[in-house]
Amino acid sequence: MTTIDTTARPTGFLRDTASVFVRESRPLVRDPFSVIFSLVQPLVFLGLFGPLLIGAAGGDAASTLQWFVPGILVMVALFGTASTGANLLFEMQTGSHERTLVAPLSRSALLVGRALKEVVPLVIQGTIVVLVAVPFGFSLDVPGLIAGLAVLAVFGIGFGALSYTLALACRNRDWMFWMVHQTLLFPLMILSGMLLPLEDGPAWMQVAAAINPLSYLVGAERALLAGDFGAPAVVGGIIAAAVTCAIGIVVGVRAMKRAR
Amino acid sequence: MPRKTADMTNQMISAQGLTQTFPAKGKVVEAVRSVDLEVDAGELVAFLGPNGAGKSTTLRMLTTLLPPTSGEAIVAGSDIRRDPAGVRRRIGYVGQGNSGGHTQRVRDELHAQGAFYGMGRRETRARAAELIDSLELGQVAGRQVQSLSGGQKRRLDIALGLIHRPELLFLDEPSTGLDPHSRANLWEHIVELRRETGTTIFLTTHYLDEADQLAERVMVMDHGQVIADDTAWALKESLAGDRVSLTFDSASDAAAAAARIGGEASGQLVTVTAPGGDRALPRYIRSLGDAGLDVVAATHRQPTLDDVFLALTGRTLREEAAHAEAVDEPALAG
Repeated sequence: MTTIDTTARPTGFLRDTASVFVRESRPLVRDPFSVIFSLVQPLVFLGLFGPLLIGAAGGDAASTLQWFVPGILVMVALFGTASTGANLLFEMQTGSHERTLVAPLSRSALLVGRALKEVVPLVIQGTIVVLVAVPFGFSLDVPGLIAGLAVLAVFGIGFGALSYTLALACRNRDWMFWMVHQTLLFPLMILSGMLLPLEDGPAWMQVAAAINPLSYLVGAERALLAGDFGAPAVVGGIIAAAVTCAIGIVVGVRAMKRAR
Repeated sequence: MPRKTADMTNQMISAQGLTQTFPAKGKVVEAVRSVDLEVDAGELVAFLGPNGAGKSTTLRMLTTLLPPTSGEAIVAGSDIRRDPAGVRRRIGYVGQGNSGGHTQRVRDELHAQGAFYGMGRRETRARAAELIDSLELGQVAGRQVQSLSGGQKRRLDIALGLIHRPELLFLDEPSTGLDPHSRANLWEHIVELRRETGTTIFLTTHYLDEADQLAERVMVMDHGQVIADDTAWALKESLAGDRVSLTFDSASDAAAAAARIGGEASGQLVTVTAPGGDRALPRYIRSLGDAGLDVVAATHRQPTLDDVFLALTGRTLREEAAHAEAVDEPALAG
């Protein structure tokens, strides 16, 4: 079999990653409505929680929205990417994942391509949330929004990778995936100061917030969306996003390499 | 570099001592016990055995999905341990599950698969169109995979396994879960593919009729070991032999006839196992007639692979399958 290598050329990591990314993004392109559908939850928070917050804070709507909308953006990133592992879980239970394992694709690309795909819905959803808030008095800073979405995207890649890692670890135990998902998600959300300020909370909550990368992300988004690029919170948010991304990719790639 | 073996120019699979053990509940389970395999280019081999015999585990080792606990194998010219990527490039694999993503469109999934194998865009599109055509997926090419019927999904699986024109195709239980019509249709496609491209096909099945219909060569696997390996015809001939049944006017005639020809009498019926039963039948009728024992009816039945399995293991595959698939099997295996 010396002339066997005619049909398939060797593939590299970047090319494989691109192929996986394209495959994962296709249903989104074919059915863009799915992106809108997963916006229901953040929009419910924006529409139902927002007015209460405005009333409780006693301030004007615009300044409350300026504080609240960046938190909703982080919520979009958190909830959108946290459940993405469920897709992989499902493909592990059918034969799709196995098919990709037999294909001559680098294992790392299988993880990275999937994680990169998270950026697409995240950016679209984030933009929609901001645009919805503008008529209600949210003041839009375009460079700030772009920078804010970029930081969120980095975080989303990492958190998506962590969700895939959880799926790989749970294999065919769906319940375990959703149990970990539910157990972690709401505490992470509340302890980030995304919905309500934590300054008035007990000391233990503030300690918890201090070790929650999401609180740094929320702080950075508030500064960036206000156009305040120089705020110290921005640095903290970038570091939190980068660290999440690095950890997610490293443990995700390791889990994918062990997958069979 | 893939290890090339010059003396294996015609060999598609060559495995020695493939073994897989799993720890389970404090014990070591030997799923596959030292399996040796030789498959030449162009062969269609069926791996037949009951559920849990180790067929799929062997397949997963040969396709690089599962590293063997011990043993060696060269598949499509590459060593499964040293060059798994080389094996993956050259083989097609259709696993037990449905491999199309549920929310993916059929054509998109084929295009993605082409990219996974490093094929160019134009080449992929042409090949996908060809497969959609030959596997009769044209009407569903733009639909989401989850909307397809079981038979259509299975044909998509096969199309996905063939996108890169592999010279060796593995099929793991290709027709499990399909209705009789879809199964027959799938078999036609497999036979057609074979006829047109000469692709080497290695399939596992626990359906007797599937192995009988499709494969020239059958390897019977039981309890993690290959217990027989030959053409279906030779297996039946050597292990089971043809069945000849003769009916007589009376039970006493039947008993006398059974004694003469070494058969078994049951009422007026005598059954005897004879190699080349179609030739033996007229001889029996003649010699028994000469002895004054008139045969009033005679049938000759060729053995099935189930007879072979029975001769080898003392169990019938049909019983084994009935345990696993109480609903599906009786109607199809008969």
